[in-house]
Amino acid sequence: MSRMFKRGYLALMLLFLYVPILVLIVQSFNAGVSRAKWQGFSLKWYIDLFNSASIINAFYITLTIALLSALFATILGTLAAIGIHAMQKRPQGIMMTLTNIPMTMPDIVTGISLMLLYIFTRIPRGYFSMLLAHITFNIPYVILSVMPKLKQMNKFSYEAALDLGATPGYALRHVILPSVMPGVITGALLSFTLSLDDFTISYFTTSPLVQNLSTLIYSEARKGIKPTMNALSALMFVALLVLLLAVNRRANLVKETK
Amino acid sequence: MSAMAFPPWAVWLMLLGLAAFAGMIALSIRRNRGIRRTLFAFPYGLWIVVFTLIPLLLIGYYAFTDRSGAFTLDNFRTFWDSNFEMRKQMLDMGFDPADLGIARGNVNMDTLIYSLWMAFLCTLICLAMGYPAALFMADRNFKLGSTLVVLFIIPMWMNFLLRTIAWMSLLEDNGLINTLLGALGLPRMQLMYNSRAVLLGMVYNYLPFMVFPIYNALSKQDPKLSEAAMDLGANAALTFFKVTLPLSLPGVISGITMVFMPSVTTFFIPRVLGGGNTEMFGDLIERTFLSADNWNLGSALSLIMMVLILLSLTTLRKFDPEGEGGTMI
Amino acid sequence: MQERPRLINLENISKEYDGVRVLSDINLYIRKNEFVTLLGPSGCGKTTTLRIIGGFERATTGRVLFDGQDITDLPPYKRKVNTVFQKYALFPHLNVYENIAFGLKVAKRPRDEIRRKVEKMLALVNLRSYGKRSVESLSGGQQQRIAIARALVNEPEVLLLDEPLGALDLKLRQEMQLELKRMQQMLGITFIYVTHDQEEALTMSDIIVVMKDGYIQQIGTPKDVYDEPKSAFVANFIGQSNIIRGEMVHDCLVNFCGADFPCVDKGFGSNAPVDVLIRPEDLQIVPEDEGRLKGIVRSVLFKGVHYEMIIDSGAMRFKVHSTVMQPEGSTVGLDVIPFNIHIMKPMPKEETQFEEATQSEEETA
Repeated sequence: MSRMFKRGYLALMLLFLYVPILVLIVQSFNAGVSRAKWQGFSLKWYIDLFNSASIINAFYITLTIALLSALFATILGTLAAIGIHAMQKRPQGIMMTLTNIPMTMPDIVTGISLMLLYIFTRIPRGYFSMLLAHITFNIPYVILSVMPKLKQMNKFSYEAALDLGATPGYALRHVILPSVMPGVITGALLSFTLSLDDFTISYFTTSPLVQNLSTLIYSEARKGIKPTMNALSALMFVALLVLLLAVNRRANLVKETK
Repeated sequence: MSAMAFPPWAVWLMLLGLAAFAGMIALSIRRNRGIRRTLFAFPYGLWIVVFTLIPLLLIGYYAFTDRSGAFTLDNFRTFWDSNFEMRKQMLDMGFDPADLGIARGNVNMDTLIYSLWMAFLCTLICLAMGYPAALFMADRNFKLGSTLVVLFIIPMWMNFLLRTIAWMSLLEDNGLINTLLGALGLPRMQLMYNSRAVLLGMVYNYLPFMVFPIYNALSKQDPKLSEAAMDLGANAALTFFKVTLPLSLPGVISGITMVFMPSVTTFFIPRVLGGGNTEMFGDLIERTFLSADNWNLGSALSLIMMVLILLSLTTLRKFDPEGEGGTMI
Repeated sequence: MQERPRLINLENISKEYDGVRVLSDINLYIRKNEFVTLLGPSGCGKTTTLRIIGGFERATTGRVLFDGQDITDLPPYKRKVNTVFQKYALFPHLNVYENIAFGLKVAKRPRDEIRRKVEKMLALVNLRSYGKRSVESLSGGQQQRIAIARALVNEPEVLLLDEPLGALDLKLRQEMQLELKRMQQMLGITFIYVTHDQEEALTMSDIIVVMKDGYIQQIGTPKDVYDEPKSAFVANFIGQSNIIRGEMVHDCLVNFCGADFPCVDKGFGSNAPVDVLIRPEDLQIVPEDEGRLKGIVRSVLFKGVHYEMIIDSGAMRFKVHSTVMQPEGSTVGLDVIPFNIHIMKPMPKEETQFEEATQSEEETA
């Protein structure tokens, strides 16, 4: 009885979370434009998708910004985590507080403050400014995923490598980096998904001429979203799902072989 | 795609940063002891200063100045009294605003209070819905638990604007729910364009942020603890309230933080599901900046928002001084 | 054996962290092929001393000489010493073979040489077939051996060991003590060993350096340090002891607890205050009226080989080890032969008798 209740509860929760997504996917196959009426199955919107320059362009911008910002944030963040980890207590505390600021700041304030910076320094808002903004909000997540791995590391590992004749550079590449790699990958993936999904900060740091998917959806929301957008989201959703399953499968395989 | 070309100043900025970094490394090669690892944090330190601290200072600067750049507290007065500017002008023109029936304007204050109230409700509902879910999934006898948690994450990969818009097709007057109700012969309901719809959208978006930290805290708990409690004579309910719940509090605190903070500043959701008559503080800030083009007032509002959030964070941290609450990841 | 050349010289080493002094005035030389133990309670500076020799810390003042060469500023990877770290510090992402081969790979040795040397090391530590195993799958004792093999494969002139057996259980620990000693004698390498365990130090060392609060308290062979401790601290830290305030009447006669005792120590002057040290096993229990002291047995504990009795004599409380038990409450006589009385310069009041050697957890430097 209580078992049934628990499962039923969880099922309801998941239903709540998935219904809108299912609706969205179903709509993308709907022949008509109506959101509520089913007018027959069609791949029309998927075909439209590849002919819509604005959506393809926005997709391209979203994807490249996600990749580039994840790349830069991962490099900067990993270096920073290693540096901060090597610091003495007090500077370490200061750096971690500074790292937490952007994470506790509401997105809207982050976006606005960056917008003010760009206006103040006359940096034109567009692709580059948006990329910088995405790197900015991603770095702390990378640091916070790498930091625990550094802390878990035997604190003498680095010294052991030096002791065995490795130069600091060699020790960094062959001892520290491999040990924190899982954290680095987590940080990179997290950055990538955060950047893909960001709306608020992008909204304030780009110009109407350079739109990523989120800002494009926002500007179209009033006119009514075309099912073309639904088709794209459905595709992206499935792509991410496949990616996750693949990563998971690999992780399991690695575990088994060990 | 000409907009994507890096402007020349950016190249200079990057070169400057790189040169500074290289200089620091060169300086630090002390008597062949190699580079100091702490220097790896240098580029990031520079980054924080340029992209976090200076922007924050700018908000502070605009909040305490007027359009001409002179120091003023008027922005905060306007926050308290949205008619402040108007009354000031009238006084300048020689009218007594009270005679004209212009009283204190409480639009900004009311929006803030409404936002806080909505965020509070959203957090409460998320907690009420999320805690049992986390508890059931963290049950060690429930093998599917860890898989289900992933199912809670996946929806967040769908663009949140689209997910919110998808609710429109469910809630609209001609939407799915009303069509279903109609088919069952029940009266149709006005589901959209009210606070309840906004609340629904918020809960929908932020629920996973409540579930993860609690799930993390619960699944890390040593099952021997509750076994010990049972062994000492506590029944299931007592074990839950005396052992499991208190030990999961760090997760709860972290969940509350992660839901409450974005809730207060929610923007977009009220516009889509609330239809404009349920403006929240995030929308107000955005509107002040971009529609009213009043950066000074907008900055003051942002500053107030941040102070409020910092206050609530420090209050919450008191319950979890170790900061052990599981985070999202 | 005392004529071996000095290999390592520490000259006037001191170390401060943020203005807090953790090492003062360390002067120490270590000869070739010696097994030297740095012994002391946690926070005494023994690990810091080791890390200065290894090159992981730099002394605030003073010099480190290796074979007559000043190596004070040499980074760890240029020193001919290798370290076995506390909790091993094996690289978790490498398997056993790769861990041991690490130093040789860094030195870019030819492949077959690496293979030969690693196999030899695996044989030396009795883990011949373990090369492919992940280090995390090994037991603590096995990990310990790998850590030793990883350091020894580089054929260092000096091996530094930082509480290497701290994480092992008693039985394994005793086994490893013997094995380490065997390796040291076989390979003819200088070992510098850090521990807080006095028994370990006494079992293995050629020379023990007792440290406290950043100062060296005494340097000597295990026998010297046990039998002739220079201070109440050393006496207490190494083995248990009774320390009594007394007065040197003249050379070879000391007065304590109201009685005169002949002893073998000279040179403290006449009527000078001194500390008298008597090991619990050196106090003899004799019939009530035959001893120079009389006491009442307060408690008896069976310790396996002997009984440990607490005996009050006047204001003094003695700890006595004996294979013969005396019933609680009985009155006995106590005596001690001159050779077993050790006279020391008086120490400040705080550390008087009955403080057991502080067997604290390992330092967290």
